[in-house]
Amino acid sequence: MSKFKKKSGGGTPGISTASLPDIVFMLLFFFMVVTVLRQNTPLIENILPYADEVEKLEKKDRVMYIYAGKPLPRYQEQFGTEARIQLNDKFAEVSDIQAFIEAERATKREEIVPLLTTSLKVDGETNMGLVSDIKQELRKVNALRVNYTTREGAAQANLQ
Amino acid sequence: MAKRSAPEVNAGSMADIAFLLLIFFLVTTTIETDSGITRRLPPMDDTVEPPIIRKHNMFIVLVNKDDQLLVNDDPLELKNLRQRAIEFIDNGGGTGELACDYCQGAGDPTMSDNPERAVISLQNDRLTSYKMYIAVQNELVAAYNDLREREAQRLYGQSYRQMERNFADANWRGDKDRLKDQLDVLKAMYPQILSEAEPRRRE
Repeated sequence: MSKFKKKSGGGTPGISTASLPDIVFMLLFFFMVVTVLRQNTPLIENILPYADEVEKLEKKDRVMYIYAGKPLPRYQEQFGTEARIQLNDKFAEVSDIQAFIEAERATKREEIVPLLTTSLKVDGETNMGLVSDIKQELRKVNALRVNYTTREGAAQANLQ
Repeated sequence: MAKRSAPEVNAGSMADIAFLLLIFFLVTTTIETDSGITRRLPPMDDTVEPPIIRKHNMFIVLVNKDDQLLVNDDPLELKNLRQRAIEFIDNGGGTGELACDYCQGAGDPTMSDNPERAVISLQNDRLTSYKMYIAVQNELVAAYNDLREREAQRLYGQSYRQMERNFADANWRGDKDRLKDQLDVLKAMYPQILSEAEPRRRE
């Protein structure tokens, strides 16, 4: 009996996968924390224009969203191809904006109401007529802070 | 009697479950912070008399229904708009009380006296496309920011855009009050005076 037995087999030992669940959980928690579930399902085409002198909208709870653009192809039969406004998953008229802003304000804490910003997510192909109607309605309810939400890019990119 | 040991739970499938959840969240995640051009709309009251503005202090930008630009009655390409706006704002043509000691412009009498007097007026057609409007807005804001950038470099040796970013950043470690004072100085040097007329239908 020799004391120094040759190690049997030259195969590599298997990699332990015991810590795999831990790693996966770590990733899972990361994505759970950073996830923001989409609030609105778009009913309209929403290809935002480009701009580079932009500010970030940091606090999500201080933002109200107004969407505008052409209805998506599957809604065009019903709603036509003219650009429309979308508020909270529904098509809306310009006259509905005032009620929408009031309703949004009612859901927010009183102290942040003056800080609310309206984010206008408007498709690049929309006519300015609609946009200025929206702005006019916003002025009527004194919602004066607006943010024209855009994609990052030089202004020249809009012309292509 | 021998104690019956509790059977061990097989944790082998835990990884599968975790993967399933992980994939769900991966798919639904949108790591997006919206960003855009922030503006303040003018309040609704019409009681304020519009001030009388001299013609040479006005920079009139018209955008027609075919997205073409007309600046002070001259057609202009979008890529030249920023430079033209900078020349206009930074002209510093005023004398005496209206003199602008930090302006580097040509002092052309047909352009603005002082950045404080320089008004940019933007008018759209109702059929102008929104992306053109945003492009023009972006260039005009950029003109102001470029000028503030220059002054920020001269006075504080910093980048204006970086200062703005720091100011908006809640995690920035630094003297916010001092930064705010500096930003206010820059904004007072080149105040953003952008007036927007109601779009109208024009032929």
